Amino acid sequence: MESLYLLVPLSIIIVFIAIRVFFAMSDSGQFDDMVGPSLRLLHDDDRPVTADKKDFEKEVPEV
Amino acid sequence: MTSACFHCGLPVPANAAVGTDTDAGMRWTVVIAGKRQPMCCPGCQAVAQSIVDNGLADYYDTRTGFGATAGDAMLVPPELLFDDAIAQTEAGVGESIDEAIFSIEGIRCGACVWLIERRLARLPGVLSVDMNVATERLQMRWTRPTCQSGVILKALREIGYVAFTFDPVTHGARLEQSRKTLFRRLFIAGLLMMQVMMYALPVYLATDGTMDRSMEDLMRWAGLLLTLPAVLYSAQPFFKGAWVALKNRMPGMDVPVALGISAAFLGSVDATLRGAGDVYFDSITMFIFLLLCSRYLELVARRKAASALDDLQRALPASALLMPDYPNRRDTVLVAAGQLREGDVILIRPGDAIATDGVVLEGATSIDASLLTGESRAQQKSIGADLPGGAINVSQPVTVRVSRPADKSTLSVLVKLIERSGQGKPRLAMWADRAAAWFVTVLLLFAVLVFLVWHAIDPARAWPIAIAVMVVSCPCALSLATPAALAAATDRLVRQGALIVQSHVLETLDRATHIVFDKTGTLTAGKPVLLHTQILGASAFRRCLQIAAALEASSAHPLAAAISQAARETELSVQDCLVSAPEHVAGQGVEGVLEGVRYRLGRAAYVAEIAGVADVTTSDPAAAEMSSIYLGGDGNWLARFDLADGVRTDAAAVVRYFRSLGKTVILLSGDAQMVAQKIGDSLGIAHALGDHLPQDKLNYVQALQASGAVVAMVGDGINDAAVLRAADVSFAMGSGAALAQMNADCVLLSGKLSTLCEVAETATQTVGVIRQNLAWATLYNLIAIPAAAFGLLNPWLSGIGMSLSSAVVVLNALRLRRIPKMHQWDDISPDEASAPAALSAHSLFEQGR
Repeated sequence: MESLYLLVPLSIIIVFIAIRVFFAMSDSGQFDDMVGPSLRLLHDDDRPVTADKKDFEKEVPEV
Repeated sequence: MTSACFHCGLPVPANAAVGTDTDAGMRWTVVIAGKRQPMCCPGCQAVAQSIVDNGLADYYDTRTGFGATAGDAMLVPPELLFDDAIAQTEAGVGESIDEAIFSIEGIRCGACVWLIERRLARLPGVLSVDMNVATERLQMRWTRPTCQSGVILKALREIGYVAFTFDPVTHGARLEQSRKTLFRRLFIAGLLMMQVMMYALPVYLATDGTMDRSMEDLMRWAGLLLTLPAVLYSAQPFFKGAWVALKNRMPGMDVPVALGISAAFLGSVDATLRGAGDVYFDSITMFIFLLLCSRYLELVARRKAASALDDLQRALPASALLMPDYPNRRDTVLVAAGQLREGDVILIRPGDAIATDGVVLEGATSIDASLLTGESRAQQKSIGADLPGGAINVSQPVTVRVSRPADKSTLSVLVKLIERSGQGKPRLAMWADRAAAWFVTVLLLFAVLVFLVWHAIDPARAWPIAIAVMVVSCPCALSLATPAALAAATDRLVRQGALIVQSHVLETLDRATHIVFDKTGTLTAGKPVLLHTQILGASAFRRCLQIAAALEASSAHPLAAAISQAARETELSVQDCLVSAPEHVAGQGVEGVLEGVRYRLGRAAYVAEIAGVADVTTSDPAAAEMSSIYLGGDGNWLARFDLADGVRTDAAAVVRYFRSLGKTVILLSGDAQMVAQKIGDSLGIAHALGDHLPQDKLNYVQALQASGAVVAMVGDGINDAAVLRAADVSFAMGSGAALAQMNADCVLLSGKLSTLCEVAETATQTVGVIRQNLAWATLYNLIAIPAAAFGLLNPWLSGIGMSLSSAVVVLNALRLRRIPKMHQWDDISPDEASAPAALSAHSLFEQGR
């Protein structure tokens, strides 16, 4: 039971860290669009082949 | 020596001390209340001096924060604000009275409002100043010759506030911001609620002797620490709402919420500090979380409506192409629509909205005035014809002489009509507020009474029992009952393709005695469809349609769209046959060469020029209501296409549904009485009234209301906006004009009329659930409040009782979210054109779950 004297304050600290992290995520705009990203995942396959190629080529570093 | 600027609080720069004309060694100072105060820059000095010169120095005594920095205030040049936006939002009420709404930035406290209202009221010619702190909106009326919007903006700038004309885009951005903030509050409250429960549960579960004193104290302190952010941050909207309500002497539900939270929190803090008594941290966080949940749902629904406001801007063109030296040179200059004066010559390109009323000087075109008149057929306009402002130029560029300034154009007049009719609306909302205020007042008095009585009996128990009364009654069930049900219903309706903009829609629709339908775009599809094709030559139907579609491929004309749509439906490939150089002749038709043969599509006379004379005119009386276009090649006639506005497939079922509910269905149309009567007969509407202009419609609905009817209005088009606003509850088709949507209480996003039945059904259910919730909340409060007042309830028991009662209410409300499977109007095939809209709204929400 004595361990609780350590664990309870620790849990409070963790909650405040969680709040801090949440604010950082919120500021970065992660929650601005809760619908789009999940839809875009599905759209990927429907994209024309050429567009896919372009994206792919962009990522290949120039030699 | 460095000091802070007296006006804005910024540090006074060091080099300001080397001034010349100062007695305290400061360059910029202002004497305020007999004392010389330092200023950081000439801007602040000017602002402060202006405040003092206007005898408003009291501002500095009552303010609770520093003024906006002069730098911010100077950022936006006033001329820029002026030119584009004000002319649009100015709404002349009479000949010389102007009215406008400004968004003010930098409002921090009541003193700001006091300052702004005092300062502006002193301007000559200002009739009324109404500053709303919550929305940061300033509504003003002034007489035109004595005062101008520029003077107002200048006066505002002098005292340090930036004003923008209220525009939908900024408003949308604000809505988004408030949603984000509310989401944060909700998340924090949820997180803290869970964690606080973790500390509260062991204390509840512990039997005597199993938990030592110090451990219990630890749990309490932990609970206190975690409840603090919930109360200080998450619960802010309630405290703010309560503060505003108290200031207006209209205590709404926010007041007991705020009082309950503060009383329970302060009592718990006291108990924690003393190490004795009961704590309610778990109840507080849970309560905050549940209330925020329902608020968030409501807000999300309202935000979806904001996109309709964006579209509105397109209906009101902000600029026009002015030809300053018209007869001599044809150069155009882009100017604000508000600057146009009578006699100016402007160029209107195809696809542009017409900025203001005018007369065609050069060219011929067809215009789409469906926003203004509800008339869906494009109208032919040639030299000398009047063009109404707000219509869309469809086919050819024309030169137009302005006959009226933009703020007096047809569109603006309609907008004014809307504004005027919208004033007597919030009757219902005010009634609800007053009822709530009454309940709250009684509740507060009762809590005080309980405290006093117990103070006489047993002073030690008075405070805990008073808190218990607050907590147990604490409006949980009562204040959740209505919003939770409305939020759940709103959520379900969005998934069904109906957007509730005003929260009173459901209860008012349930009470409605009369359902008034507009014709064009509401009972009918609002755009021509190909009804019938008569083959005149040897070619088959498919070939004729293919040629026609190929000819019209490059046109945006509504009739062309109908032909193309028909071609798509018969799965014809138009891409295979390309028309070389199609030539559009305004008001006549289109000519093109296809596979070496010349074809014409258009009026009979136009086609006859190449096809030869033939008796192709029809004697069918039904054709009088249809537009017919002819297709012909060199020397032969091919086909006649009859196009007309078709009745929606689900219209008859919708009318039948409302008649079965015992409501009176009325058709109110701007079209000829004969046309209205015919549609009415085919749908089983006994009251079909034609020849009603917007003003007549408004009068008719108001007359109905005066005779005690509760009117629900369904329409689209700008011409319906005024009557939509005047009706007790109004619905706009999702495909309708943005203005109508803005003034409607509910938008049928799906574009299907049958959605209205879903709304009506949901309304009945919602009102039922609200009644159940209120009955339960009343029963609970009737039992729990006296029990707590007699000191029968353990504090933790009252906490659990409160949570349980809210849970019952919320769960009951959530039943509304379920969409029933079968409907009597489901057997009607859905309107194909509107299916994608319904799908997207539906799938969006599904993904969001």
